[in-house]
Amino acid sequence: MTFAPSHFTAVLLFALFASVVFGITQRSNTKAMVRYGVYCFAMFIVAVMAASWLMYFIRR
Amino acid sequence: MASKVEVAGSKGAGVGFLYLPLILGWLVPGAGHALQKRWGRGALLFISITSMFVLGLLMQGKLYAPNAGDVLDMLGFAGDLGAGLLYVAGRAMDLGHGAVQVATADYGTKFTVVAGLLNVIAAVDAHNIRIGRKV
Repeated sequence: MTFAPSHFTAVLLFALFASVVFGITQRSNTKAMVRYGVYCFAMFIVAVMAASWLMYFIRR
Repeated sequence: MASKVEVAGSKGAGVGFLYLPLILGWLVPGAGHALQKRWGRGALLFISITSMFVLGLLMQGKLYAPNAGDVLDMLGFAGDLGAGLLYVAGRAMDLGHGAVQVATADYGTKFTVVAGLLNVIAAVDAHNIRIGRKV
């Protein structure tokens, strides 16, 4: 059995799992954990989008 | 990364072996939290870290073996070892040989290594709860 996601799906999964762990371990109460987890997830995605467009324009 | 945890003094300190949550949390993701009755956190950590590790293997990622020859291999091994029993089980089942012809195999390798590193963070967090450094 294998799993072959697209690059973007792999990024989404990576960001999701890492954000959950960061949220739980870096904050003390539930509300702050959720907020920080969502923040990390958003930052992962924004960073990936920015890097992708940067590489797109470098290639041109 | 800035950590904004609340210091609880000795309030969170329990009885028993001080390093049990750290060791148990390393061996089984989330077990250190579950041991201290943080069931929700433990379950989420278990699901996240285990899923990441398993998906990495399903993507045909590589599990690093002990190797004193290459520094990058040693670092990869250290990261993989952070996954505790997941790594032992993967090696025992002869998984994680990697597949250079698959584009996502390299991502899989990173998934397994990062799962191990995240598990170390989770285990240290469980230890911090045990010693009362975190609520």
